[in-house]
Amino acid sequence: MDPIITSTLCVGGIGLASAAALAVAEKYLSVKEDPRIAKVAEMLPGANCGGCGYAGCADYARKIVNDNVDLTLCAPGGPECANTIAAFLGRAAGAVEKRVAIVLCCGDDTAAARRAAYNGITDCAAAQATAGGDKACAYGCLGYGSCARVCPVNAIAIVNGIAKVDKALCIACGKCVDVCPRKLIKLVPAAADIHVLCSSKDKGPVVKKVCGTGCIGCRICTKFADEGSIVMDGFLAVADYTKRLTNEEVVAKCPSHCIRKDGAGNAETAAAS
Amino acid sequence: MTTIRSPHTFRGGIHPAYNKDLAAGAAIRELPTPARLTVPMSQHLGAPAKPVVKAGDMIKAGQLIGEQNGFISAAVHAPAGGKVAAIDSAVTASGRACAAVVIETDGSAERQAMPALTEWRGVDRKELSARVGEAGVVGMGGAGFPTRVKLSPPSDKPIDTVILNGAECEPYLTSDHRMMVERAREIRDGAEIIRHILGAKCLRVAIEDNKPDAIAAIEQAFADMDGDVAVAVLKTSYPQGSEKQQIYSVTGREVPRGGLPMDVGCVVENVSTAFAVWDAVVNGEPLTRRVISVTGDAVAGPSNLLAPCGTLYADLVAACGGIKGKAAKIISGGPMMGFAVGSLDVPTGKTASGLLLLSAGKVTCFTSQACISCGRCVDACPMRLAPAELSQFIEADDIGGAEGIALMDCIECGSCAFVCPARRPLVQHMRRGKAAVMARRAAAKRG
Ligand code: SF4
Ligand code: SF4
Ligand code: SF4
Ligand code: SF4
Repeated sequence: MDPIITSTLCVGGIGLASAAALAVAEKYLSVKEDPRIAKVAEMLPGANCGGCGYAGCADYARKIVNDNVDLTLCAPGGPECANTIAAFLGRAAGAVEKRVAIVLCCGDDTAAARRAAYNGITDCAAAQATAGGDKACAYGCLGYGSCARVCPVNAIAIVNGIAKVDKALCIACGKCVDVCPRKLIKLVPAAADIHVLCSSKDKGPVVKKVCGTGCIGCRICTKFADEGSIVMDGFLAVADYTKRLTNEEVVAKCPSHCIRKDGAGNAETAAAS
Repeated sequence: MTTIRSPHTFRGGIHPAYNKDLAAGAAIRELPTPARLTVPMSQHLGAPAKPVVKAGDMIKAGQLIGEQNGFISAAVHAPAGGKVAAIDSAVTASGRACAAVVIETDGSAERQAMPALTEWRGVDRKELSARVGEAGVVGMGGAGFPTRVKLSPPSDKPIDTVILNGAECEPYLTSDHRMMVERAREIRDGAEIIRHILGAKCLRVAIEDNKPDAIAAIEQAFADMDGDVAVAVLKTSYPQGSEKQQIYSVTGREVPRGGLPMDVGCVVENVSTAFAVWDAVVNGEPLTRRVISVTGDAVAGPSNLLAPCGTLYADLVAACGGIKGKAAKIISGGPMMGFAVGSLDVPTGKTASGLLLLSAGKVTCFTSQACISCGRCVDACPMRLAPAELSQFIEADDIGGAEGIALMDCIECGSCAFVCPARRPLVQHMRRGKAAVMARRAAAKRG
């Protein structure tokens, strides 16, 4: 027989046999994916930020449908998204509070001193590994922008030597929180608008030497703040975000001006409001 | 006892300006005990020691103040007697904070040591290395690996060669050099103890050929030692003092990737460590002080000081006549592998071999540029890595990619950055990359 005919028959035969096998497999072996998964995935924002703890939006959708995991884990989607999915699946949404990242340091280059000239690579961890960082304050923001580089939505800018989060852009994925070598960034309720922007645990005189706007541990704020909304951690005033802090008087009373209200001379929220 | 010119030399390396003449001629001078010592609990590789004294305690010189805390860890003893003022936190030269025992010294001469042991030859090897551990002896060349661990290799790794590292290839530093010139006899006895503990037949003292007086002193002191003993004179080249490079230069053996010197039957100990071993075994003295070179063109009187561990750098500089002019850069250790420090309020430790103060004229602030693919870093790297490629992986945050081309083999010697015409901060990239790999491995371990 002509080799062309032989090979055509052979290849065609293999093709037919495989097609038959596939048809059988399709009928008896196929795994049916719940059609709701695709729908839920569509309802998620598609940011694929991983902030929920799963490998992207599709994976989270699968876990929601198959394993009944919490609906409130998607920070970018927020309560709206959780409610939509809840309505679709006939489940209770649970309360989601929108959160945003905040950098707990306000010692920018006009207020806080640098103790050495750092001439290395632009990375906060690398600067920290060089003699413990060039900032005179051992707690403050180094300003080399490692957080800004990992932010998937470009919500962080370095302003005057320190990092500032744009509240309106932040999707609370938490990537910046993990990367900051000085552990300065916290996720807080977006509704909170008065913050203690300092992380220095040093005593007042030590703080004063290195930063013009650091918390000196005078405790004045605890007297004006709403009950329990500012607590002392040693020599540092810390906002307790489980309580509401609304009394704006604390802002004016802080002698170091490290308690600030969003939007008031505060670059991060000037853009947001 | 013979002297051999080493026929081998490792591949790569560099020839920086050595600047050793600043302090090489300065005899070791004992620093009077400062009024206050800040003794860090982390003066070695591994877990920091656990403080065993509390504020208010009266302690004697030589008393245990921090106990060994794990297998890779070392004990810390009081360098001087006095009162414990506080258990505080101190930032060490590496920039990391650790617990520190602050002692207000009282100048008393009373010491607490283990009983002396001159007849060590008949003593069990295990007992001897335990004694070395009890005295808190660690590698004094820089890394601070606990000597007790090095002296007890597993039984399937027989050691046939002990190399005493007297290369001191770091520019400026002269502490080991002075030790060899002035304490050759004690180093010899320490070497004999190390050789005995390890049951090695061969002993080599590796010294670079730019230190003829040290070679002569060692030759003389070791002349009466029996067995296969020789001074191995090495070509002056940086990093000749690095363990793997030195083993190759002295024996021609190559430590396999990821392996240890014991995989090729070698143990390398710094000459100052040999001195500390002698002091611990024979005199029962714990390691609480060491010789440190305080040098650089911004020091009024460059010196080699025998100082208690826990002395602040500021006290060392004051003892050398203070700062000459203005110091633009302060480095703990040598200029190649040392750590830049941000202040003089940093305490010394067992591994602090030098303190370098440089004037603005000696320091250049480079602006780094893109790699021009010249390949000089590849030629210079003594570990045969491709620093240019590694640094680009790390810059692009592809840590896995860098790990795949042997990032973890980098010894951070700085040869690549030294030769780079584009002034790329290559070592800093390596350090950052290695830290990222370590963090990733630790996270994987935690699961
Ligand atoms: S600011 Fe931080 S938490 Fe907010 S989106 Fe950026 S990386 Fe995520
Ligand atoms: S917040 Fe942290 S990571 Fe961001 S610039 Fe400041 S120190 Fe760097
Ligand atoms: S890559 Fe590492 S081992 Fe190689 S020259 Fe550079 S610092 Fe040294
Ligand atoms: S020496 Fe510098 S410029 Fe040359 S290849 Fe290496 S990194 Fe690139």
